[in-house]
Amino acid sequence: MQLHRVEGSDCGSLRLYTLSTCIWCKKTKALLQEMNVSYDYVEVDLLEGEERESALEDLKRFNPGCSFPSLVVNNSKCIVGYDENKIREALKG
Amino acid sequence: MMESDVTQAEIEALSRRLRLDATASGYFLNPDEQFTSDLIRGLIVNQRRYGYPSCPCRLASGASAADRDIVCPCDYRDPDLGEHGACYCALYVSQAAFKGEKRIGSVPERRPASGRREAGEKDPSGLQAPLPYPVWRCRVCGYLCAREEPPEICPICKVKKDRFERFL
Repeated sequence: MQLHRVEGSDCGSLRLYTLSTCIWCKKTKALLQEMNVSYDYVEVDLLEGEERESALEDLKRFNPGCSFPSLVVNNSKCIVGYDENKIREALKG
Repeated sequence: MMESDVTQAEIEALSRRLRLDATASGYFLNPDEQFTSDLIRGLIVNQRRYGYPSCPCRLASGASAADRDIVCPCDYRDPDLGEHGACYCALYVSQAAFKGEKRIGSVPERRPASGRREAGEKDPSGLQAPLPYPVWRCRVCGYLCAREEPPEICPICKVKKDRFERFL
């Protein structure tokens, strides 16, 4: 799966599932950028075939509805949608 | 095919058309122009990629029948406007949100997950006596009409015939 890495300070493992056309995904990336944290993201709409299926299978474990953006924190918690308060809360300290 | 290939002129042309259609039928586009043109760019990208302008904030499958409910304006716009003051991507907003009386935030997804979508289809049933005409319902705006076939274009919200379902 094509993961893009954005460097910043380490806040644990952050994986962001996005769509390249989605404005709320863009806002989430901008927020993470502003918070200067490192994270990985994958643009699911740009994946095809098995690669897309496997990304969706991974995402389904955290967000069964497979909506975007989905931010998986430390392989356990998932913040669905652009929710500034929840994201700031989850990445505190 | 790339997003960068979409020109400002294309975005403005579609934006003008959507604004006219919205105004004519009592809908409102998001007044934040930068936000709206980013969404419209996404619609144009999807139009090129899939052949129809599916919601930029949802993952289209590429199979037109399976994606029909998320072609903009989507089947979920009106209930989301009522409940949240904006549709899922927030291209369309309620009058209160348009006037700045209601804040627009992120809208939760109301589209059923893929497995449950077909199970949710309503059965045309209920009336005992046969009707002289079938009744068709526009899945986007709820317009009903009794005639042999749905209209080519919904007279209320202007979506195409394929967005109608048999209601009775």
